[in-house]
Amino acid sequence: MGSTGEGSSDLGCGMDCDEAVRQLYTYLDGELTDDRRHEIAGHLDDCRPCSGAAEFEAELRHVIADRCRDRVPESLIRRVAECIEAERAGGSPEARRGVGTGPS
Amino acid sequence: MEHMPGLYSAAMRMTRNAADAEDLVQETYLRAYRAFSTFTEGTNLRAWLYRILTNTYINTYRAAKRRPQIADVEDVEDLYLYRRIGPGDGTTGRSAEDEALDSFTDDEVKAAIESLPDAFRIAVLLADVEGFSYKEIAEITDVPIGTVMSRIHRGRRALQKALHDFVESRGLVGTSRTAE
Repeated sequence: MGSTGEGSSDLGCGMDCDEAVRQLYTYLDGELTDDRRHEIAGHLDDCRPCSGAAEFEAELRHVIADRCRDRVPESLIRRVAECIEAERAGGSPEARRGVGTGPS
Repeated sequence: MEHMPGLYSAAMRMTRNAADAEDLVQETYLRAYRAFSTFTEGTNLRAWLYRILTNTYINTYRAAKRRPQIADVEDVEDLYLYRRIGPGDGTTGRSAEDEALDSFTDDEVKAAIESLPDAFRIAVLLADVEGFSYKEIAEITDVPIGTVMSRIHRGRRALQKALHDFVESRGLVGTSRTAE
């Protein structure tokens, strides 16, 4: 454990913890500038509580992505193929519903 | 149709039911097919498809249910879940947290995401499940990048609280930390 008492972070380590925690998501998302990224990486190297938190957040991200996969029903694949085929042939019931066009 | 598994999973989280999700995906492919001439070759096809999916959801399904445009999420502290199921004093290793993370079922994680209001749910979904960058999400959802960041970060914290509620209802809190 790092020093205790002087930092305001309740993770119990040094001065930079609040700042590191505040930027943790942006850091893990790979969206910080190089300078900021190095600063946070340096802090995480030195600070066990913060690196523990960072590992946890990264692992949680994996768990969330991993648990959110749904199997596509075979019937949907067929439906979409038929719908596109009918559209190509010029006028399915869906086509006549007039759903407009996609985003501009 | 290589993008269909991702689009279908995202549609499931958006609409929260299989029948609407299937309609949404079909509508997305139909619109994409019709608008394909507006797609610029060499740009991001996957992001373009998610943009159509998101717009179709917002314009069709949300309007149908008359949900408020922007519902807010509860303000939740940073590291909400970690502070409650993590090792706490940093000396017990990662096994307790790993155990807790592993214990989340598909249904729990899906329900936790689906509990978030639209704007936050879509931002978290696009970032954490689909892996889009802040800039891509800004383009997909048509909001400034600062708003995207705020929605992702606040949405994630609210998601952690929803996940923690599941842990608590299972009675895991307290037992994982003392298990050595």
